[in-house]
Amino acid sequence: MNAITASLSSLLKFRVPQVDGSFVGNAFQLVALPLLGILAFLLLWSVTAQNIDTSLGKFPGPAAVMDQFNALYGEHQRSREKERAFYQRQEERNAQRLAEDPTFDPKIRAYTGKATFIDQIGTSLVTVLSGFLLAVVIAVPLGITIGLSKTLNAAINPVVQIFKPVSPLAWLPLVTMVVSALYTSPDPLIAKSFLNSMITVTLCCLWPMVINTAVGVASIDQDLVNVSKVLRLPALRHVQKIVLPASVPMMFTGMRLSLGVAWMVLIAAEMLAQNPGLGKFVWDEFQNGSSDSLARIMAAVLVIGFIGFLLDRGMLTLQKLASWDKAATQ
Amino acid sequence: MLWKTPFKNIFSSLVLVVGFSSAVCTAQAAELGYPEKEELTFGFIKLTDMAPIAIAYEKGFFEDEGLYVTIEAQANWKVLLDGVIDGRLDGAHMLAGQPIAATMGFGTRADIITPFSMDLNGNGITVSNAIWEQMKPNIPRQPDGKPVHPIKADALKPVVDKYKADGKPFNMGMVFPVSTHNYELRYWLAAGGIHPGYYAPHKGDISGQIDADALLSVTPPPQMPATLEAGTIYGYCVGEPWNQQAVFKDIGVPVVTDYEIWKDNPEKVFGITREFAEKYPNTTVRITRALIRAAMWLDENNNMNRPEAVKILSQSNYVGADYDVIANSMTGTFEYEKGDKREVPDFNVFFRYHATYPYYSDAIWYLTQMRRWGQISEDKSDEWYKELAAKVYRPDIYQAAAKSLIVDKLASADQFPDFATEDGFRDPQTHFIDGIVYNGHAPNEYINKFSIGLKSGQKL
Repeated sequence: MNAITASLSSLLKFRVPQVDGSFVGNAFQLVALPLLGILAFLLLWSVTAQNIDTSLGKFPGPAAVMDQFNALYGEHQRSREKERAFYQRQEERNAQRLAEDPTFDPKIRAYTGKATFIDQIGTSLVTVLSGFLLAVVIAVPLGITIGLSKTLNAAINPVVQIFKPVSPLAWLPLVTMVVSALYTSPDPLIAKSFLNSMITVTLCCLWPMVINTAVGVASIDQDLVNVSKVLRLPALRHVQKIVLPASVPMMFTGMRLSLGVAWMVLIAAEMLAQNPGLGKFVWDEFQNGSSDSLARIMAAVLVIGFIGFLLDRGMLTLQKLASWDKAATQ
Repeated sequence: MLWKTPFKNIFSSLVLVVGFSSAVCTAQAAELGYPEKEELTFGFIKLTDMAPIAIAYEKGFFEDEGLYVTIEAQANWKVLLDGVIDGRLDGAHMLAGQPIAATMGFGTRADIITPFSMDLNGNGITVSNAIWEQMKPNIPRQPDGKPVHPIKADALKPVVDKYKADGKPFNMGMVFPVSTHNYELRYWLAAGGIHPGYYAPHKGDISGQIDADALLSVTPPPQMPATLEAGTIYGYCVGEPWNQQAVFKDIGVPVVTDYEIWKDNPEKVFGITREFAEKYPNTTVRITRALIRAAMWLDENNNMNRPEAVKILSQSNYVGADYDVIANSMTGTFEYEKGDKREVPDFNVFFRYHATYPYYSDAIWYLTQMRRWGQISEDKSDEWYKELAAKVYRPDIYQAAAKSLIVDKLASADQFPDFATEDGFRDPQTHFIDGIVYNGHAPNEYINKFSIGLKSGQKL
């Protein structure tokens, strides 16, 4: 397990090999090479794109996608203007009704217009982070408990091993039905679709975190455990002073894996269940079948990739901040 | 005594005026109370005939009624129907057959009503390029070399027969088991001697392929062109813009529009649960008012507003297809084979010919087709048909909305059927591709006129 996660985490970041220590050499490594890579990719993309004919027109190249980024941003701006006008009309209407009917209790209702691309990005981010945090709250204590007790580990391990390989999307129909059955408020504070996506994300985040935390806890250096025994630390203090610091690197490796999987799963779940978010945006565009659709989907793909990258980097930074063992997180 | 008469006249007319205006006032107050539920969510499928909902939103007709409506595209007709039943959606753009089948208990059982019929016509049947090449030799030509329309399924029959002889299934797509499209495709095929297959729900067979020459299966509307392109189906019946899309993408040829199968056939409806209508009567009437105004706007001044409507529909949150694709049918033309563009001024009718009035006879036609193809497995009396239609179609709500629009001077009485005399039945309809006449008063007699289909007394 250790070897796998270590090799995975080294795959996930780009490590810059050192050629020489000079400033010029470093600048070349850090700026010029990645730029060259990106340029080569763009060139390859635009050449390939021109040669792929689909029934919706040519496959979009970088320029078409850039146009769509602008168009999507323009749509967002227009939608915000419409929103302002909507609230203004609503206030006028409320004032008018209040004049006719003094007992009327004016309410301001949320804007009913469509969610723009940028709104959808926000929705997806909020969903993935809430699902992830919920999973952390469940998985970390569970992982620690399993890691500390061999008996518990033997009991729970088979269940974890069976659920771990299940595609989280297989959970989606079950989650949808259970949420619909249990969550029956006439005026729900949190939308059902949000709960469905969030719980699906939680379910897929859970397993890598539980396993990694448990492994991390179980493989604490015996010297440290002995120190704790010599000092006769109470159980809670043992966890606090010895177990947690020692297993933090593994825990964070689990979290990073989870978050990466969670982001991929969320987009797929949104596509499948038509829950708000970037996945829905992609599916809606596919269904529209307009000549701009492919370029818009490509724009979404780039954004999804970029956000996934940022999430991973963010977790890495957190891991570095939280861990004393800098060697594990390089 | 002579003086008395004019006095009496003046007096009585005074009473009349006072009485009338107070009646109007109370009627207005009764019909136009504030909406009980102001925040609503409506579902739709990406098709041009959802236009009344989009227009009522974009033109502020919903807001004029104090309604704040969110409009959400749905993945397919089943998801949409479930959404209305479980309350996730307050109402939706529905296939006319959906509220009827739900009330009857075919498929999902739920009380769904409709106070507003959304449009007439608007569908077409498209076949793949390969099938079109095989059909072409069987179609007579005009002097200019273009095929004579309407094209009957007679031209398709030899092709289907050949597939059958070769032991290959002839697959076609429609959008839902109780969809207009299913019945239209079946009607067209059967009129050309091709058997589209029976349903036998009492035996648990809801695939609708018993005795079939052509095998019909369900595909959601926006996926039709892609499924045709993939070769899974050889043809389909669907609403716009998915027939014109096939022409633009060069993957298929629309052979017939539903206008030619049955001129001015009723198509989609606006569906809500009966519970919603009972719980929120004012909201229901106000929704209907907004939708009537939207339908009027769409047909105003000889379709003058249609280009603007097309622009709205091409937004990605509504239909989202390209302007040109949607405009083809919405502005009164239809392109068959590439380059063969013909005038079909009534391809989409939203208001004229009393398109929005929920006639019982429209519901009964759907029921006759359900019986014809076995979805209703046993004989039913003419009375049963009328009772079921009256449960689902609610002209009373429509009339309340229309009358209040007339009072508000937003519409005039001559735009609606004469509510005092009409009985919910259109005059017998004669414009069918097979020439059979439909009279809503005598459904059983109508069913017995078809050569292909279940008749009175038959049971699978």
